[in-house]
Amino acid sequence: MISASILVAIGGFWGAIARYSVNRWAARTIPSVFPYGTLLVNALGSFLLGYLIGMRAEQRLVLLLGTGFMGSFTTFSTFKAESVQLARTKQWSVFYLYIAISYISGIVLAFAGYALGRQTSA
Amino acid sequence: MMYMAIGVGGIIGALLRFYLGIYIHSWWTDPFPLGTLAANYLGCIALGAFSAWVSAVKSVPVWLQAGISTGVIGSFTTFSTFSIETMELFQNGLNALGCIYILSSLFGGLALAWLGRAIVASRSGIRH
Repeated sequence: MISASILVAIGGFWGAIARYSVNRWAARTIPSVFPYGTLLVNALGSFLLGYLIGMRAEQRLVLLLGTGFMGSFTTFSTFKAESVQLARTKQWSVFYLYIAISYISGIVLAFAGYALGRQTSA
Repeated sequence: MMYMAIGVGGIIGALLRFYLGIYIHSWWTDPFPLGTLAANYLGCIALGAFSAWVSAVKSVPVWLQAGISTGVIGSFTTFSTFSIETMELFQNGLNALGCIYILSSLFGGLALAWLGRAIVASRSGIRH
């Protein structure tokens, strides 16, 4: 339990910092009302977690990179807060597009990452 | 300072999510991913409320705001695990449950993010 917690904590530390860095980079590179930064971390994180699960990674690696890093690198609360903000400012087309692309890319990329991970481990 | 606050926040958020998952799955045995949904719901209320509170009091240092919102709450909630669990439900032929999981995350998350904000905003008298 203690060693599991340490692995999750290390992953969580770097995952949060990586998400912040990607968000800052995206805001500088593609200034837009569309939340590209959060979409990017969520899509990328879903793919990489799929890969990790697909390759049947060992328990400690799943705790460090899956529960810890990818869990913190991707975020649900910011995704929803940004969606509510888009609704409050009545930017409806961006609102619908953001939600649709986030869910579709997350689930499709999880499948793709998983399939690729299966091939790697086979 | 900013990076350190977000990193430490990330440790707290990830550990809280991990322990909440262990606790919920100690009594919840159904394949429906209740642990992640609970963390995501709680995080949506918390972030909505915290953001409204920060804009009402206007005196919270930026590094502390980021440490709590981007760090703790951002890491407590997760999207990658949601995607994987949805995939696993569909892979196991639990298609109805997969759809329920997507819809409850989609609409529940929006409603709670809005609610968290509205509760604090109405109490502190800011426009919402």
